[in-house]
Amino acid sequence: MAEKMELRDVEVWDGNMAAAQALRQAQIDVVAAYPITPSTPIVENYANFLANGYIDGEFVMVESEHAAMSGCIGASAAGGRVSTATSSQGFALMVETLYQASGMRLPIVLNVVNRALASPLNVNGDHSDMYLGRDSGWIQICAFNAQDAYDLALCAFRIGEDHGIRLPVMVHQDGFMTSHTAMGVRTLTDDVAYNFVGEFKPFNAMLDFEKPVSYGVQTEEDWHFEHKARQHNDLMTKVHPKIKEVFADFKKLTGRTFNLVEGYHMEDAEVAVVAIGTAVKTAQVAVEKLRAEGVKAGVVGIRVLRPFPFNEIKAMIKNLKAVAAMDRSSPNGTVGALYNELAGVIVQMDKAPVMNNYVYGLGGRDITIAHFMAIFEDLKANAKAGKVQQPLQQFINVRGPKLSFLSQE
Amino acid sequence: MNKGWNEFDAGAILFTFNEKVGNISEIHSEDRPYSPSSSFTASVSDWRIEKPVFNKEYCIDCQFCWIYCPDVSIISRDKKMVGVDYDHCKGCGICVEVCPTNPKSLMMVAEGKDEEEVLAAWPQKDQEKNNG
Repeated sequence: MAEKMELRDVEVWDGNMAAAQALRQAQIDVVAAYPITPSTPIVENYANFLANGYIDGEFVMVESEHAAMSGCIGASAAGGRVSTATSSQGFALMVETLYQASGMRLPIVLNVVNRALASPLNVNGDHSDMYLGRDSGWIQICAFNAQDAYDLALCAFRIGEDHGIRLPVMVHQDGFMTSHTAMGVRTLTDDVAYNFVGEFKPFNAMLDFEKPVSYGVQTEEDWHFEHKARQHNDLMTKVHPKIKEVFADFKKLTGRTFNLVEGYHMEDAEVAVVAIGTAVKTAQVAVEKLRAEGVKAGVVGIRVLRPFPFNEIKAMIKNLKAVAAMDRSSPNGTVGALYNELAGVIVQMDKAPVMNNYVYGLGGRDITIAHFMAIFEDLKANAKAGKVQQPLQQFINVRGPKLSFLSQE
Repeated sequence: MNKGWNEFDAGAILFTFNEKVGNISEIHSEDRPYSPSSSFTASVSDWRIEKPVFNKEYCIDCQFCWIYCPDVSIISRDKKMVGVDYDHCKGCGICVEVCPTNPKSLMMVAEGKDEEEVLAAWPQKDQEKNNG
């Protein structure tokens, strides 16, 4: 029987330790993992807990991330609670198996510490890997700091493992900015955390010998479409209600509030930025300054990227005059992915705000309060004119001549 | 089967049996409650181009074909060769290769050939082979 760990009410943890502690408290049956910066400390800490008697489950060291996710798939189909962690190149190597996991409806929790994709090689944070997973059929939940990484990892098991959901969940955190930056994290005791996550209830488990089941079947043009339709239907109709229910229970337990979309001063905002991850927090500080100057500025933080909270965003931005989509990944030949997502919302609005696009922070490049102040200057001009006054897409904080695309003149 | 997208088990999983099973190793395959989606019920042999035909006149029930068949497609009961399961046989020819009788008790023929005709024209004993 695993030892319980005495935690202080507030522990100084970085995002990796926060995620590792959540995994320990969830009492996982199998973690199959391969180390990659910046997610390595999650599984390193986890292995340490195991070696010191705090975990009863199995830790399987494998030869690659493809094998790590494959091991997770096998263990999950067999009927256990399963989780792992990865980043960047490792995530890319996992991509094939990500689709297998979601198609087989296996509720694996994957902690993704977001990092740039080579080439050039880079170990620092951006959202290239997060975007790479967005069509994979997983639920994607985004942490903005280490506290979120802890809280959302606990919520992720509850959401994905529900028998009405049965889908894998990624919990994203920004590489280094969240994963290696320590903060005071409010903790739950081991018992309280485990009671919140709940005992794992197997569902169509392969190890049920009285009711043998095949996972990973082949379907061609005759049945493939029906299975994909079923999965998309469940993502579109069942997941948001479940996430809201789990977030509500979590609030009751901890007082900490999570929403599908996190609005900051959005009630009366006229200009706003839409972002994911640590940039949300930076933008909030900029908005505080702007509010002091009388500017009605706001921030929209995407908490749940998949399923995409289309109607919730539509409601939140309905009074905006100008909005900016902040993309932390090189679009490599078009507008940013978040811009595209938001354009889908805006085209359905009666009174649509004008929207432009910023590409920022690639490979761990900073985005500062000053950058957001400058972005809000653009948004104020756009709101006043009722149309975008700059090229649609601008690169922020990149060396060399000002870089922008898609001039609408 | 004409199921809609909403009628499948999530995860495209397939159950082998219609009901819970216990001592399955003690029940012959034809008596097990296989589901329509199990690969026992479904034919998985539609791409076979040559089939083994069994001639029991020469068979000595040595069970070599039963042991060597990679698809468990030789049907044997109480150590007596019964025939070939054509829903699962892929036509690899291993059973014919390992058959020790003279003439052989199994022969590969084109998929569409009539079994009665094949049996009527079965090869004679190979004298040379026995003498050799």
